[in-house]
Amino acid sequence: MKAVGQPIRKKDAMALVTGKPVFMDDLAPKDCLIVKVLRSPHANAIVKSVKTDVAKRVPGIEDVYTWEDVPQERFTTAGQTYPEFSPYDRLILDRHVRYVGDPVAIVAGENEACVDKALKMLKVEYEVLPAVLDFHMAKDGDVLVHPEDNWKALCKVGADNKRNLCASDSTEDGDVDAVLADCDEVVEGTYHVRAAQQAMMETFRTTCFMDAYGRLNILSSTQIVYHVRRIISNALGIPKSRIRVSKPRIGGGFGAKQSVVAELFPAFVTWKTGKASKMIFTREESQIASSPRHEMEVHVRLGASREGKIRAIDVYTLSNTGAYGDHGPTTVGLSGHKSIPLYSSAEAHRFAYDVVYTNHMAAGAYRGYGATQGIFAVESAVNEMAQRLHMDPVEIRLKNMVREGDVMPAYYGETAKSCALDRCLERTAELIGWKDKYPYKDMGNGKVRSVGIAMAMQGSGISGVDVGSATIKMNDDGFYTLMIAAADMGTGCDTILAQMAAECLDCPVGNIEVLGADTDSSPYDSGSYASSTTYVTGKAVEKACQKLIARILEIASGMLDAPVEELEFASDRVEWPKARKSVSLIDIGTKSMCGNGCALEATESNSSPTSPPPFMAGAVEIELDKETGHVEILDYKAVVDCGTVVNPNLARVQTEGGLVQGIGMTLYENIQYNDKGTMLNNSFMQYKIPSRRDMGNIQVEFESSFEPTGPFGAKSIGEIVINTPAPALAHAIANATGIWFKELPITSEQIAMGVFEKEDIK
Amino acid sequence: MKVKILLNGTMREAEISSDQLLIDFVRDHGCYSVKRGCETSNCGLCTVFVDDKPVLSCSMLTARVDGCKVDTLEGLQEEAKEFGAFVADQGAEQCGFCNPGMIMNAIAMFRENPEPTREEIKAYLAGNLCRCSGYEGQLRAMEAFIEYRKKGERS
Repeated sequence: MKAVGQPIRKKDAMALVTGKPVFMDDLAPKDCLIVKVLRSPHANAIVKSVKTDVAKRVPGIEDVYTWEDVPQERFTTAGQTYPEFSPYDRLILDRHVRYVGDPVAIVAGENEACVDKALKMLKVEYEVLPAVLDFHMAKDGDVLVHPEDNWKALCKVGADNKRNLCASDSTEDGDVDAVLADCDEVVEGTYHVRAAQQAMMETFRTTCFMDAYGRLNILSSTQIVYHVRRIISNALGIPKSRIRVSKPRIGGGFGAKQSVVAELFPAFVTWKTGKASKMIFTREESQIASSPRHEMEVHVRLGASREGKIRAIDVYTLSNTGAYGDHGPTTVGLSGHKSIPLYSSAEAHRFAYDVVYTNHMAAGAYRGYGATQGIFAVESAVNEMAQRLHMDPVEIRLKNMVREGDVMPAYYGETAKSCALDRCLERTAELIGWKDKYPYKDMGNGKVRSVGIAMAMQGSGISGVDVGSATIKMNDDGFYTLMIAAADMGTGCDTILAQMAAECLDCPVGNIEVLGADTDSSPYDSGSYASSTTYVTGKAVEKACQKLIARILEIASGMLDAPVEELEFASDRVEWPKARKSVSLIDIGTKSMCGNGCALEATESNSSPTSPPPFMAGAVEIELDKETGHVEILDYKAVVDCGTVVNPNLARVQTEGGLVQGIGMTLYENIQYNDKGTMLNNSFMQYKIPSRRDMGNIQVEFESSFEPTGPFGAKSIGEIVINTPAPALAHAIANATGIWFKELPITSEQIAMGVFEKEDIK
Repeated sequence: MKVKILLNGTMREAEISSDQLLIDFVRDHGCYSVKRGCETSNCGLCTVFVDDKPVLSCSMLTARVDGCKVDTLEGLQEEAKEFGAFVADQGAEQCGFCNPGMIMNAIAMFRENPEPTREEIKAYLAGNLCRCSGYEGQLRAMEAFIEYRKKGERS
């Protein structure tokens, strides 16, 4: 293949590396209103009154809005296909504030200084209520996070606001309890993952303005332009036809921008005032009032025979959705559906969950989307099982793992049509030097070198739900324009979709110009999330190109006076082999603009009944200092099966980025609250993400399978890459210290204290 | 208060508020490559040169650079293109939001130390955070760039 599989430079690369003004705040109207919000200092309170008169008199202030000024119909800010699984539990401003950071008032003014001053002038009287800060106490607890009667769930997900339940379910295949009772060995554990922050470098931000048609234009750093249109329509109570949403370059997403976070407030201000506005979240706001990972406690019971045959897996997940249910009912599903199927030959499995409301910041859609939490639990349990059975952790996996052609009962009964997991694992073990290094080597100076390993899977889009579309048109000179509403958030989908189009149209990638994403001009796309773009939208590109070729042939047939079935599309021309005649694309393009009634444009949508999982294995070698608990990462080796690799450079960098994000979440990215529910890790001073001195040496390889339902055999890669570091590192730390840490982050302090206590007992 | 600043080679005289931060001054003067990532001098995105030394413009008052020479990536386009092409060839620019700050600091590093080792690169650029790339691709880009400068040609 000429374009697919090539390490092509991203189309926007040179603009990005030379610092061109392509992001939202570079493009916002210069004289727009500055929008900020006053945030609640209480975890649970009723706003009794807001005195706004003094604030409104600050020179430069346009207006101040409180709960009394906003529509009272509830909606969700989760970017999901309608009807959303997430409950309708939000208002733009709610009289009932439910976490420290919940917005109380919106202030708009002509500059930052006057808005900051006005914010200080607002006098709010709160009735402070008891708060639910421990998610174990939430279900059927005394304090209700959403006591209101106009709360509603659109889908049957087991939600009940009068029980603090955002979702609840249980499924079982086989008799788990009976099989577990019959197992020679059962590993049982509860694995806790906190609400880690996505920490993309560009915080949440949106600018809005009214256009010549009196429509609300929203230019936002978002992954989901179409969902934003619906959510803003719901929130403001205005028709979708009055709203246009587009995106500039996005400074990182990871799923954070699959929720409406900043958009509500400037949209409301511009709709009310008719004036352009913008809202830029501070880093502190991004830390305390956004869309982090769902905190989950995953309880696993894993049963195996003495010979190492995994016979039963029982998973119960308690998920903390926080104050609002964004992505609550859906993220939890992946904690079981994308961990248990790694061992599809188990005789029985059960997966049950509760998703509860608490008075913490709501969660969102963070890369991995629940799979990360579930895989940390199940893979850790498998590693512990190997230790108990005195088996090599690689061997126990080779004995039990899902393989190509296997049916995965815990993954909606789908068949793994493409799966190179066995090759991924064997190659990973070889790269890290598993045979020589497992389990550890005492360096004799208080330091121990050890290794750990894990496998992972994810999906490729949401089966039967996600829609990807592409419009491709041919212009004069024979160049093409590809229009998409999938959102390139830096990952490079504009480029890889252009690669696919170039492959179909047999032309250089440079002949494909890409435009997206814009609700007025892009064909419908659910958006870039759930690892969907390459797989779902990619197929739409393939289909649209085939359709466009048919139209090109149709025009050529008129020009050559030839039967269309005798014509062949040949890169830069159409040939009529029988008559040894041809016509160039340039001439066809010119013809299309003169006396032509056949549009040289094609749109196709695509949705997939399946969501083929990508697979991978990751292994880490660490050096652990037993006195300080410091973990130094020496090497991380990962081998990924994402089907056909469309752009090896971009796939590699995504993998490396995901691994480092996973390393941060595992070792130090901490979320701590005080007893009032205030988050302490509210800046990059307290919330430490990995720097380039923290990641050791990373090596990534690909073991390709061919996914028959994917474009050119491709599956996804965006999310899976964050899933192996937690279980692999926990494993390496266990091999070094003998302690199985089950709570993230596994900080140096915890390791040092754990080692100290263990040696003390000796 | 009034300041005189040589910004990217052009003398700028401006009336500023005494609490204005340098990042806001340069962005107000069209230098949009300078990004704000954290407000707490942790991320390195807002790196500019003051008298040829890299500083964090989010933590520097404009008043302090009165009479100084300030350069942003807008004024270093040729160097940015030359080195940036190597980042682009790895796909390591990803979202690109952290790139200007990282590339400013990389330019400063290469001026000080034309052939840094892997460890020296990691140390010099430790204050430039990136959430997308995992850094490895940026390192490959820098190593390829060093090779190119040694040989005078791209490998």
